[in-house]
Amino acid sequence: MSAEFDITETLDVKGASCPMPVVKTKSAIDDLAEGEVLEVLATDPGSMSDIDGWASGTEGVELVDQEEGDEVYKHYVRKTE
Amino acid sequence: MSTDTPDASADDAPSRAELAARVDELEDALAEATSEDDAKKMSIIATKGTLDMAYPPLILASTAAAFGYDVTVFHTFWGLDILHEERSKNLKLSSVGNPNMPVPNAVAALPGMDSVTTKMMEKKIADNDTATIEELIETSLDMGVEFQACQMTIDLMDYDEDNFYDGVTTGVGAATALQDMADADIQLLV
Repeated sequence: MSAEFDITETLDVKGASCPMPVVKTKSAIDDLAEGEVLEVLATDPGSMSDIDGWASGTEGVELVDQEEGDEVYKHYVRKTE
Repeated sequence: MSTDTPDASADDAPSRAELAARVDELEDALAEATSEDDAKKMSIIATKGTLDMAYPPLILASTAAAFGYDVTVFHTFWGLDILHEERSKNLKLSSVGNPNMPVPNAVAALPGMDSVTTKMMEKKIADNDTATIEELIETSLDMGVEFQACQMTIDLMDYDEDNFYDGVTTGVGAATALQDMADADIQLLV
């Protein structure tokens, strides 16, 4: 699951729980340029559903991938506009 | 069909110029209607000020802001304490009337028990890295959430507008809240 996109920035929200992973992802994506990809590292199991839901309900972002690793959930969000 | 040859049989029909003008007019109206209300809106009324009940409006407000919603939270009665800079850091939780808490009501009603249950909850919040009320308010303000403090209850509770976090709107009443609710896509009373 690599080499499909380049990661521009990484946001570490390990330890944080709802709603912070989504809220901080939104703030971090605001600082990116169109086409860039944000990697989000979270330990909140709810982030799998929450970041997916946020990305599908929000203009200008696209969830390109999610990975469930050992205790860390990785999310890759592209800014599309 | 040539564009500059009007149909001679339709004398009373509007001319091309009239139709073109009408199309322009409709396109302008459509553009105005769609651009003006581009962002979705959420309106929350927060009426409770216990530690547990302070969370839902703030979590939903900050999350909706992350979705790009315009969010207004109208705080009234005990909900004002969430916006009160000092009191928001000392919101209490009571076991009285809550049979889900591990303390029987008869014990929970004893003096000092609210402090015990509050301490328990605060410890859980810290252990779980759950955001504090203060953090959620600061984050929400940064994200453009509008917090409103109901003027009638500010006066009723003898609060002062200086007691609230910077950025909180005062001097608003039920009509303001109603207008927000009427314009909103989501309306919640907490």
